Amino acid sequence: MLRDYLPLLLHLAVAIGFAVSALLVSVLLGKAGRRTRVKDTAYECGMVPQGETQPRFSVKFYLVAMLFILFDLEIVFMYPWAVVYKEMIVESKMILWSMLSFITILMVGYIYALKKGALDWKR
Amino acid sequence: MSGERVDQIFVVAKHWLLSLLDGAPLWVMPIASSLLNIAAVLGAFITLFALISVLERKILARIQNRYGPNRVGPFGLLQPLADGIKLLIKEDIVPLRADKIVHFIAPIMIAATAILALGVIPYGRNMTPFSIDGGILFFFAVGSTTELGVFMAGWGSNNKFSMLGAMRAIAQMVSYELPLLITVLPVIMIVGSLSADAIVAAQDGYTMAGVVPRWFVFTPWGAAAFILFFVSGLVESNRTPFDVPEGESEIVAGHMTEYSGFKYATFFLAEYFGMFAISGLAVTLFLGGWHAPISALQIIPSYVWFFAKLAVLLFVFIWIRGTLPRMRVDHVMRFAWTFMLPMAFTCILAAAVWHYQRGLAGWLWSLGIVGIIYLGLSHLLETKKKFAPRTYRFAE
Repeated sequence: MLRDYLPLLLHLAVAIGFAVSALLVSVLLGKAGRRTRVKDTAYECGMVPQGETQPRFSVKFYLVAMLFILFDLEIVFMYPWAVVYKEMIVESKMILWSMLSFITILMVGYIYALKKGALDWKR
Repeated sequence: MSGERVDQIFVVAKHWLLSLLDGAPLWVMPIASSLLNIAAVLGAFITLFALISVLERKILARIQNRYGPNRVGPFGLLQPLADGIKLLIKEDIVPLRADKIVHFIAPIMIAATAILALGVIPYGRNMTPFSIDGGILFFFAVGSTTELGVFMAGWGSNNKFSMLGAMRAIAQMVSYELPLLITVLPVIMIVGSLSADAIVAAQDGYTMAGVVPRWFVFTPWGAAAFILFFVSGLVESNRTPFDVPEGESEIVAGHMTEYSGFKYATFFLAEYFGMFAISGLAVTLFLGGWHAPISALQIIPSYVWFFAKLAVLLFVFIWIRGTLPRMRVDHVMRFAWTFMLPMAFTCILAAAVWHYQRGLAGWLWSLGIVGIIYLGLSHLLETKKKFAPRTYRFAE
């Protein structure tokens, strides 16, 4: 069972090796130009960089991230459900109704978030 | 008989290559076998990457009524080679205040995950590089790591534009990841397995007197899920019209602003590989994988069908890029949360009903569910704001 996943480990190693070697080749072949302080500043269309480099961001970004985590967890629950659905539906329809109630509860929270304006980017 | 030979030519070639290692110790075989698989996948997709990068420029050029690259080699086909050499010998500039380690790891991370995701897609009959039970789950687990790479690029560069681009990229990729994950669920429900091979096998055969293939895209829930999946795929690979994170006119190149030389090329490679992976998964899930569209055409090898379907989807990607303008950030987000997410849940419901009542009744039921929710959502989401009649102040 777990042995099936060993080739994937190898695949991971090759993928990382490929990316690293591509970058290393470019370091070796690449032209080494003169480094100056002006050249090494952050690129801001040729102007001298101004202000903080990592500015403050709207809280919307964080709200989206939080909502994503919530929904993503629910979807993690749905995957095993989807895999066994075909076998279980033959025995009883309970599996369908339980997921429907689950999605309904999820939707209540979703509509609450919408009504609160959590996803309204204009404000 | 000869058709079957051609179909399995790569499998036979692999076995022949492995037979050269007959005397070797036992543990060498599986390693050599998977190394061959990886080499084949990498070789095929790097070639495809080179080809698509030049074809995209040519198709875009044709859409915009110009010629595109046509100087390097026949029809400009050697252009990617020239680009590659040029990017390899470019100077690699790392800004002084950048976080050197994170800045270096970010492109590796993005490229490696994109290559990994390509490993679980069935490219033809008996041609899945790594056929594991949780193939689909593995694909998404690996695919989501791209977001981390994007954020590392933005944070490590220590640049306003990079950070802004990374934040936007994460916000929209995360939002569209939900519909992407949910629209796969109907397929898994019908097939009852997470393995990509089983999903392709379930789409074998033809209905309606052997004319219409049994692909999931030809069912109501499948069609809806395919469209949602494709749109989410566009966002996940940061393509127009959802390329807000790297909108050139606003934030230079987003998270790639501080990357030069081959690191920049690595980002491009990752973007294209991500595009191949997501299109390949769409083909596997909804378009019947490597099955032929008409039973008479089954003589043509399976991998040809897979890559033909992949090519069609890639062309649509390029076509959309040539046609649609960039969307506004708030519109992108609103579309994801208010339309895509409820529609994706509807697909689950439609698939559940379809499963429960096979045949025409199930077909009509699931069509009805998808249709009603679609109409209801579009009615609810209509902004009701009629545009004011346009007046031309100085042009009349």
